[in-house]
Amino acid sequence: MELINIGIRAIFTENILLAYFLGMCSFLALSKKMSTSFGLGVAVIFVLTITAPVNWIIHEYVLREGALAWLGPQFKTVDLSFLVFISFIAVIAALVQVVEMAIEKFSSKLYSALGIYLPLITVNCAILGVSLFMVERRLTLAETTVFGFSSGIGWFMAIVSMAAIRWKLRYSNIPSAMRGLGITMLVTGLMAMAFMIFSGISLGR
Amino acid sequence: MAVDKKIFLDPINENNPITTQVLGICSALAVTSQLKPSIVMGLAVIAVVALSNVITSFMREYIPQKVRIIVEMTVVASLVILVDQLLKAYAYQMSKQLSVFVGLIITNCIVLGRIEAFSMGNRPLPSFVDGLGNGLGYAIILFLVGFFRELLGFGKLLGYRVLPESLYAAGYENNGLMVLAPGAFIILSLIIWLQRTISGYRED
Repeated sequence: MELINIGIRAIFTENILLAYFLGMCSFLALSKKMSTSFGLGVAVIFVLTITAPVNWIIHEYVLREGALAWLGPQFKTVDLSFLVFISFIAVIAALVQVVEMAIEKFSSKLYSALGIYLPLITVNCAILGVSLFMVERRLTLAETTVFGFSSGIGWFMAIVSMAAIRWKLRYSNIPSAMRGLGITMLVTGLMAMAFMIFSGISLGR
Repeated sequence: MAVDKKIFLDPINENNPITTQVLGICSALAVTSQLKPSIVMGLAVIAVVALSNVITSFMREYIPQKVRIIVEMTVVASLVILVDQLLKAYAYQMSKQLSVFVGLIITNCIVLGRIEAFSMGNRPLPSFVDGLGNGLGYAIILFLVGFFRELLGFGKLLGYRVLPESLYAAGYENNGLMVLAPGAFIILSLIIWLQRTISGYRED
């Protein structure tokens, strides 16, 4: 039940994009076309589901204060938590590279669909953000996996609906200085407002 | 060596990183619900952009083209760790308030964007100035958003009450929406509108 709650929270009430503003850059730049945003959304779900648990394992067994206790009692007091940023970003960059190569090797169809978006994902704040949130909220491994996956779904939903709205907006007569970024920002604001109606939803208890 | 004044002034208005280049909005909006964290965040970004520009500019001839993203990320991440540790040491409350968003400066597109676009092809001094200018252009927008959100959302600035009690007695109420996420989006879109009207920049 707790896992479903985390999932629903990450998708709706605490949407990674609409409530925490993470992943805005690629969201604004690549939401012009439906097919692009669909591909990017799927790639983000994919990468988030992999990186979040891997980063959890690294944090739990290497970086956390006292995490190195399994090496021997003299390592009990070692606290490497200041290395969190650099190791997470390295893990993300490396994993994205590995995933890209694996996809290229095994499924050229999937590669032609996702390939060009994967390198962009390294610098997508949503990916690093999820890993940092999971440290701050002290989630367990299962919770982290669910959190990563459903954050990805939330991001996917936001970018796809934004692409749909922008496609419809093409023929609207918007003030010229407001075109592009301005109106996209405003629509994102309205979307965030709409998503606020989900706040307070929780299952069980 | 004379540095072109344009390198510094351009990103502050005409080529502002947020309103024109559309970079670095990710980690910007979440911290702006009050003025003080926005200022701290602005300063942190200025420091990171300027210093990472200088460092990568010094190394630009030694970085192999293929692994340059990783090298750049490492430089940026080390600087961000430095900023984070400094904040933890001297402003612990503030670092708690900024929480994960200090770390997210690493993936702030401005930092990597300036390194890729400017410092990899320029000498250290102009790179430093370019970093300062871009950081400042970014900080100004953060300041404006933070200013309006705190003023309209809490009736305060930097924690001090500025709207007089008599206004509340007359029926004025704080706008709770400004504290939440939609307020940031809307304020920023209005700032973009205003800035682009003045600078004349248009998207197709």
